[in-house]
Amino acid sequence: MSKTIKIDGIEVPFETGQTIMDAALAADIYIPHLCHKPGLSPHGSCKLCTVDVNGRAVSACTMPAEAGQEIDNNTPELNEVRKSITQMLFVEGNHLCPSCEKSGDCTLQAVAYHLGMLDGHYPQFYPRREVDASHPTLVLDRDRCIMCELCVRASRECDGKDVFAISGRGTSRQLIVNSETGKLADSDIEPDDMAAHICPVGAILIKDHGYEVPIGRRTFDLHSVAETDLEEVILKKTVHHDQDDESVEKEGGVYGV
Amino acid sequence: MPSLYQHNHSEHLLHVLFEEQQKSLHISETAISSIANSLNLPRSQVESVVEFYSFFHRQPRGRFDILFSNCTCCGDLSLMKRLCDRLNVEADKTRADGLVSIGQTSCIGMCDHDASMLINGVTITSLSTKIIDRMAELIESETSLSLWPGSWFQVGNNIRKEGLLLSEFFEPGSALKAMAERSHDDIIEEITASGLKGRGGAGFATGMKWRFCRDAAADTRYVICNADEGEPGTFKDRILLNSHADTLFEGMTICARSIGATRGYLYLRGEYRYMLENLESTLQQRRESGLLGNNILDQGFDFDIAIVVGAGAYICGEESALIESIEEKAGIPRIRPPFPVTQGLWGQPTVVNNVETLVAAAGIVLHGHHWFETAGTWQSKGSKLISVSGDCGRPGIYEYVFGITVQEILDDAGAENVQAVQIGGPAGRLIAADHFSHRIAFEDLATGGSFMIFDESRDLLEIIHNFSSFFAHESCGFCTPCRVGTTLLKNGMDKVCSGHATAHDLDELSRTAALVSRRSHCGLGMTAPNAIRDGLKYFPDCFEKRLLHKEMEPEFNLDASLEEARQLTRRDDAEAHL
Amino acid sequence: MSKVRVATTSLAGCFGCHMSFLDMDERIVGLLEHVEFSRSPINDIKHCEPCDIGLVEGALCNADNVHVLKEFRENCKILIAVGACAINGGVPAMRNHFSLQECLEEAFLDEIGVDNPHIPDDVEIPLLLAKVHPLHEVVKVDYYLPGCPPPADAFVKILTDLLEGKEPSLPKEMLHYD
Repeated sequence: MSKTIKIDGIEVPFETGQTIMDAALAADIYIPHLCHKPGLSPHGSCKLCTVDVNGRAVSACTMPAEAGQEIDNNTPELNEVRKSITQMLFVEGNHLCPSCEKSGDCTLQAVAYHLGMLDGHYPQFYPRREVDASHPTLVLDRDRCIMCELCVRASRECDGKDVFAISGRGTSRQLIVNSETGKLADSDIEPDDMAAHICPVGAILIKDHGYEVPIGRRTFDLHSVAETDLEEVILKKTVHHDQDDESVEKEGGVYGV
Repeated sequence: MPSLYQHNHSEHLLHVLFEEQQKSLHISETAISSIANSLNLPRSQVESVVEFYSFFHRQPRGRFDILFSNCTCCGDLSLMKRLCDRLNVEADKTRADGLVSIGQTSCIGMCDHDASMLINGVTITSLSTKIIDRMAELIESETSLSLWPGSWFQVGNNIRKEGLLLSEFFEPGSALKAMAERSHDDIIEEITASGLKGRGGAGFATGMKWRFCRDAAADTRYVICNADEGEPGTFKDRILLNSHADTLFEGMTICARSIGATRGYLYLRGEYRYMLENLESTLQQRRESGLLGNNILDQGFDFDIAIVVGAGAYICGEESALIESIEEKAGIPRIRPPFPVTQGLWGQPTVVNNVETLVAAAGIVLHGHHWFETAGTWQSKGSKLISVSGDCGRPGIYEYVFGITVQEILDDAGAENVQAVQIGGPAGRLIAADHFSHRIAFEDLATGGSFMIFDESRDLLEIIHNFSSFFAHESCGFCTPCRVGTTLLKNGMDKVCSGHATAHDLDELSRTAALVSRRSHCGLGMTAPNAIRDGLKYFPDCFEKRLLHKEMEPEFNLDASLEEARQLTRRDDAEAHL
Repeated sequence: MSKVRVATTSLAGCFGCHMSFLDMDERIVGLLEHVEFSRSPINDIKHCEPCDIGLVEGALCNADNVHVLKEFRENCKILIAVGACAINGGVPAMRNHFSLQECLEEAFLDEIGVDNPHIPDDVEIPLLLAKVHPLHEVVKVDYYLPGCPPPADAFVKILTDLLEGKEPSLPKEMLHYD
């Protein structure tokens, strides 16, 4: 008999060494995530994949699956938490979708659609971050970087290089380039490197290939990031979550129209 | 890896950067490249380390570089302002002539000494307006630190109450001799039987930790002493490092023999650099006495200890971040599991213990587990060093057997009109008078030892504000909830304290606090909102009385937002204001 | 039954959301059976009267935007932030990369082809905020209608829901930020 975990009541088989995320992906169960990519070492930084395992909050992408785990994943409370985390990612950077070439192909945006995010909720940070357009075929726009470190890992683990790193701490963290000048042009990145293509947002883009697919006909214009989609988006719904495990729904208030 | 032992630790990236910072007053682009080359590290790794630790700077600091503690107990920013005024320098901006720079830093562990500072990495305590004024003169005349009044640099122990650990007169080597005939299993059994739990605050059973490490399959194991005592209000390790270093190193050696390690590290917080020389010479004496090195006391095992000095990062007190730091990287906490006991330093099984834990371990091996186990409560054996600071007549170190009540400590410390006590530092609990009958114990009020007293004269909101700024500053930024959340919490407290918050903002604060507590990657994020949550729960009036009674108040000051435009257009008419 | 009063305005926006609103084409006739317009570019009424619903497009970039937004908030029972600019600053917020001084000097002093270089200081011209902000940072916003612009169908859906007394919701295909 194979070993199983339970995700939202569904028995999911796993093999020793798999994480909860591995087992879920193999079973076609969607757990929202941004910093995870099968084949790269798990990271656990974005926290979108936060799940409750026997009542304890863990990251699905780093937590080894173990028999007997009862996992809450696709619950209104958890999706509310994930929406808040997504909103945090939006407000700490400069995510101006209408002016971004990645719009429609952006995983951050797609996860936000999936979670029914309508606004940033928190005050915008509007940080000033550097754009590096030095490279002939690539552009690095740090405004959109979400610190997922997929490019950092892809460069090390797939490309056998060490082009990117994260520097600084707290909200001053930023993506840096491993070259004498700190510029992408002086690094050994090549356009065919995995690191040049793995960015889930519009922080690393390939030049000269903008808008080849029109807005409205792109990946996430046509498909949801998840198969198990959330049905409709209530235009405003503030749920108090995680507070002493009480979920109190706050009325939107239609003022009797 | 072994370079630390062969070259007097000078090749460790943090130490190389410290030297460069001292020499050139900053780490230049060129220096980053040449250090990367000479240490054979990626340039980006050197850059990220420089950017991560707050004692390294990309822009030149002054020849006198001063950091005032901004802790609620060993900080007084009015003195910082006074010195800035006297020297005509803006905070965080190096004076044009390069003479001086003045800034803030998180608690430097001098809470029993009133306002304190670091100058060129060295500690000065018990600051007063008189000292500040004299200091300004010494700086202006560019008088070398070696000619400054020696009394300024004195750091006392301030031991107020001794117990099992502090009353001990320890003969170096005595505990090692006591374990001479015993097997490693036997020693681990002794530690386990004593009931010793980690003194850093988390309280993991020490014997079990050693056992797990011993049982992990590996050829190499490490023992690390966590002397990154960064929790504001904690300074008990300072006293142990200062006066009980031999006991500590003996504890590390015992641990090494028990788990089968040949190398150990003491990770000393950068703020305690002033103790480095003494610690190194204690290590050297131990080597010369055969208590470290090859074939220790002819017992057939080898062990040596190197010291790595941090550079201003609270997060490095988290054991896996500390390991990253020893590995010459930014202190980002690792994914757990695996835990350090199975995959720690350079992937090998590693025991990371607090200073106090290792000192206690030496005592237990010397005297047997009964010596320890008979003191304390059923779940909390032995004694605990409490760092008492804040509003009281007798701040300092108090060693109590576990089970002491908060009120008893307050009485011993001569504290009156107490409004609140912060137990365990900003990451701990903020308690009100109705909790003063609670006991210091793992099963009641667990603490790493910080005990900050705030009397009725204090504005608790400002205390909580200070703590939330501390966490926003110290968050490593790895995970989203803590990176963004601690800043949101700090901004929320800014709004409350400036009198611009509404009930809606308090809802937002508690909602964000709950999320950060529950969803963060490591203990920093999980505990960062504690003071806000406790404040809202136990001291709601402090918040309420500062609130505006309206539905919503803007997130920024509308009129101030027009100031830049007013200046640029030289307008000041009615329409130029909001 | 009296009609539901609706007001609309564009702050720092491009009126694209209004254009999209008008893209509901003939459906606007049906809507007008239930709705009448207060202040709106459609009728050129200058001030917002007490209304049931306010639709606000655009971000806050100057003092006048703040006055108009506050007038809407005071007069509208329900305030809806419409479009990317209203919700997170959108394209106008791209100026937040620069200081106000840099922006004004570039536009009025240093730009090639500038005659009589001079930063406008006429009292009739609203002063610029140091940064562009979304609406919810200044007033309470009841609902958000994202998109650049939101599709006409989304306007129809949100207004229909409100007219029917329902909590408004968007089908997934109408949720876009671009």
